[in-house]
Amino acid sequence: MSKYTEEELKKELETKEYEYGFYTDIESETFPVGLNEDIVRAISKKKGEPEWMTEWRLEAFRAWTEMIEPEWANVHYEKPDFQSISYYSAPKKKDKYQSLDEVDPELLETFKKLGISIDEQKKLAGVAVDIVMDSVSVATTFKKTLAEKGIIFCSISEAIQEHPELVRQYIGSVVPQKDNFYAALNSAVFSDGSFCYIPKGVRCPMELSTYFRINQAGTGQFERTLVVADEGSYVSYLEGCTAPSRDENQLHAAVVELIALDNAEIKYSTVQNWFPGNKEGKGGVFNFVTKRGLCEKNAKISWTQVETGSAVTWKYPSCVLKGDNSVGEFYSIAVTNNFQQADTGTKMIHLGNNTRSTIISKGISAGKSQNSYRGLVQVSARAENARNFSQCDSLLMGNNCGAHTFPYIESKNSTAKIEHEATTSKIGEDQVFYCNQRGIPTEKAIALIVNGFSKDVLNKLPMEFAVEAQKLLEISLEGSVG
Amino acid sequence: MDLKEKLLASFMAFEERVDVQATLHDVRTEALKNFENKGFPTKKEEAWKYTSLNAVLKKDFSVFPKEESAVDFKEVKKYFLNDVDTYKVVFVDGVFSSFLSSTTHDGLDVCLMSSALTKPKYKMIIDTYFNQVASKEESLTSLNTAFAYEGAYINIPKSKVADKPIEIIYFSTGNEAALMVQPRNLIIVGENAHVQITERHQSLNENPVLINSVTEIFAHKRAIVDFYKIQNDVQTTTLIDNTYISQKQESIVSVHTFTFGGNITRNNLNFYHEGERIDSTLKGITIIGDKQHVDHYTLVHHAQPNCESHQNYKGIFGDNATGVFNGKIYVEKEAQKTDAFQQNNNILLSDKATINAKPQLEIFADDVKCSHGCTIGQLDENAMFYMQQRGIPRKEAKALLMYAFTSEVTSSIKIPELKNKIARIIATKLGVNMGFDL
Repeated sequence: MSKYTEEELKKELETKEYEYGFYTDIESETFPVGLNEDIVRAISKKKGEPEWMTEWRLEAFRAWTEMIEPEWANVHYEKPDFQSISYYSAPKKKDKYQSLDEVDPELLETFKKLGISIDEQKKLAGVAVDIVMDSVSVATTFKKTLAEKGIIFCSISEAIQEHPELVRQYIGSVVPQKDNFYAALNSAVFSDGSFCYIPKGVRCPMELSTYFRINQAGTGQFERTLVVADEGSYVSYLEGCTAPSRDENQLHAAVVELIALDNAEIKYSTVQNWFPGNKEGKGGVFNFVTKRGLCEKNAKISWTQVETGSAVTWKYPSCVLKGDNSVGEFYSIAVTNNFQQADTGTKMIHLGNNTRSTIISKGISAGKSQNSYRGLVQVSARAENARNFSQCDSLLMGNNCGAHTFPYIESKNSTAKIEHEATTSKIGEDQVFYCNQRGIPTEKAIALIVNGFSKDVLNKLPMEFAVEAQKLLEISLEGSVG
Repeated sequence: MDLKEKLLASFMAFEERVDVQATLHDVRTEALKNFENKGFPTKKEEAWKYTSLNAVLKKDFSVFPKEESAVDFKEVKKYFLNDVDTYKVVFVDGVFSSFLSSTTHDGLDVCLMSSALTKPKYKMIIDTYFNQVASKEESLTSLNTAFAYEGAYINIPKSKVADKPIEIIYFSTGNEAALMVQPRNLIIVGENAHVQITERHQSLNENPVLINSVTEIFAHKRAIVDFYKIQNDVQTTTLIDNTYISQKQESIVSVHTFTFGGNITRNNLNFYHEGERIDSTLKGITIIGDKQHVDHYTLVHHAQPNCESHQNYKGIFGDNATGVFNGKIYVEKEAQKTDAFQQNNNILLSDKATINAKPQLEIFADDVKCSHGCTIGQLDENAMFYMQQRGIPRKEAKALLMYAFTSEVTSSIKIPELKNKIARIIATKLGVNMGFDL
C-alpha cells in the first residue's frame, strides 16, 4: 500500500472542489433589486394571491422594517444588503407539465448531474418529488397516488389558490410573521415552497420529498414550507439541497412550519449541501432558517438534519410540545470545513404534561471552521413529568477550527428530569492505531470512526437519504485527520 | 439619588479619606470611569440574563459606615472554625477589627489590604499584582477597584507552607439601615508554597447589606492553594463575589463554594492559566429555599497545553428558590492536551423552584478531552421507598439522599474541622440530626 500521509489527506481535502458547482442557463424572470411595499405587492400579484395574503405579507414587511438583524449568534459575516437582492425569480412561465417530456430538457439535465434523475426517482420505491427550482415548482410526480388518499402535496402558491382555508388557518400559527428578523422577511417576500396536508388517520404511503436549489445569480431564495398532519396521521418529509458555485454570497431565509395535531407524527429530514464557499472562504450561501413544529396531544415531531454546506448557517429546528404526552426529537450532524460557520441546534419547549424530548447533536469541524451547538430546553411550571435527554458531541480535526456549545436549560418544575451531556474530542490516535493494526488503512479508519460517530443520527434518516448523507460526509471530511 | 449616582458622587470624598499614591489614583479613576459608562449590569446582558439586581439597587445603601461598630467575640464565636488554630482577618462593617483578628508578619504576611496599599514597603508588590488579573471590563469589578481599600492581604513567600489555615471573615452589624461594602482581597502564593484559606460573609441582623467583593489570587509555580467560600448569610444580604485566579505552571488551585443562604448570591469565579500542567478545581454545593437566588458564573480559561480542570457543582433548590449555573470552559488553540471536565447536577424539590443552567464549551484546540454533563431531576423515589421500608423516616431518608448527593464535593475538603462544620450546616439546613459526621 502506498503511504497516504496526513499532509496528503489534508491537501486532497482542501483542493476538493464543490462537486455540484455548475450553473444551468434557463431564462428567468427576475424582479428589479430592492425591497419595498410595492415589491411585496408585486410578488403577491404575480402569484395571483387573494387580498388577505397580500395584507398578511405587508403586515410582515412592516414589522420587518422595524426589526434589527440579530447578532447574538456565534458567527461572523458581512451582512447582506437587503436592498441589493432581487426578491423574485422564476423559471420562464410555461403551461403546467403533464409529463416529464414537456419539462425543459436543460433542467432535466441539471437534475441528472445532481444524481436525482426524475425517471429514476419515479421508479424508486415511492418517492414523490416536488422539485423547486428557483422558487417555482416545475415538476410534480405521484400526485395522483397521493390524491387518492386525500393527501394534498403541492407548492404553497398553488395551495393558497386551491386550499385557502387550510393555508389561512395554519400559516404563521407556529412561526408568526414577527417571530424574528428573517422569519418576518420570509413572510413578506416568500416566493414559493411546499404545502402538505395529511387528512385524519391517513398514513402517507411514501416519503415526500422536495429538492431546493438556488440557481439564479444574486437571487435570494425564500422558501415557505407548511406541513399539517391532521389527527392520527403520519408523514415523512424529506428536504435536500445542493446549489451551484457562486462568487457573491447568496441569502437563503426559509421558514418551515410543522403542525402535528392529536396523535399525528411528522418526520422531517434535511440534507443540506449548499455551496460552502471556496477554500479561501469566499462566496457561499448564507442559510438563516426558522424551523418550528407544534405538537398537540400524543403527537410526535422528529427533526433530522445533515448540514454540510453553506458558508454561514443559523438554524434551530424547534418543537413546541404543547399537548400532553407529545414527543419532540432532534437529530443533527453538522459538518464544517474551511471557513464555514455553523450555529445550529434546537429548542424544546415543554408545555404539556408527560412530554418527552431527545436531542442528539454531532458537530464535526475541520479546516478553519467554527461549529456551534446552541440549544434550549425549557420546562414550564405546569409541565409535569417532562423528560429531556440531550447529547452534543463535537469532533475537532486540526487546531485551526473551533467547537462551541451553548446549551440553555431552564426548568421550573420539580418533576422534570433533564440530562445534558457534551463532549469534545479528536479522533483518537489509539483508535486509528487499532484499525491500522488490523490492516485497515488510515483513511478508511477515519471514515469508519466518523461514520460511527455520526451513526446515531444517520440511522434516523430514511433509507434514500442515508446513502446520500454518508456520501456528503465523505466529501466534506475524508482525510482531514491523521 | 440612585446608588450609581451616590457612588460616583462619593468617590472624591473616598479618595481624600484614604490618601493613596498617585499610581493607584489613576487605576481607581479609570475603573470608576468604566463603571460610570457601563453602570450596574442588567438582564439585557447575556452574563446577567437570569439574575436581576433591580430590586436590590432600589434600597438606599450607605456607602461608608458612619461609625465604627464593635462586636463581642461571644456573639460571633460560632462563625469561626473553633476546633483548629487559625490566622484570622476579621472585618466589621468593612473596617478591620484587631480585637477579633490574629494576623502575622512572621515568615508570611497575613494582614490588611489598606496597609499594603499605603505602606511604601509593599509598593513593589502592589504594582506587580494589584488589579492585574481582575477584569478591567466588568462593571462591578471596576466599581470595586475604584473603591478598593480594605480587605485581606496574604502573601506566602517561596517554599513556605502556611502553618495553619487562614480565615477571612466579614461581619455586618446592621447598625446602618442599609450598608454597601466592597472588600478587596489580594492573595499571593509563592513558588512551592501552600496555603488554606476560608472566606465568609456574615450579617448579624436583618438589615439589608450589599457586598461587592473582589478577590485576586496569584498562584506561582507549583503552589498549592485551597480556597473555601462559605455563604450562609441571612436573607437580606446580597453578595456579589468576584474571584480572579491567575495560575502559573504546575500550580494546583481549588475553590469550593458552599452556598446555603443569602438573598441574591452571585459568584463570578474565573481561572486564568499562565503555564503548563496546571490543575484547577471548582466545586460547589448550593442548598437554598424560600425566595433565594444563587447564580454561579464560572470561567476556566485554558491557554496552555497539558492543563486540567475539574468542575463539579451540586444544587438543591426548594420553595421559590432560583438557581443559575453558567459554566464556561474556554480552550485556546495552543492549549493542546487539555483535560476539562464539568459537571452540574441539580435537584428541584418544589414546583415553584427554577433552575437555569448553561454549561458552555468554547474549544479551539483539537487534541483535547472536554466534557460536560448537566442534569436536573428529583430524589429517587425507589431509594426513598427502600429506606422507608427499613424504618428510616421520610425526612431522614430525604436528608440521607441529599447528603449522598453532595458528598462528591464535601469529600474533597482538606480541612477536617471545616468538613464537619459544613456537614453540620447541611444537617441544620435539612432540619435533621444525622447522629454522625460525614
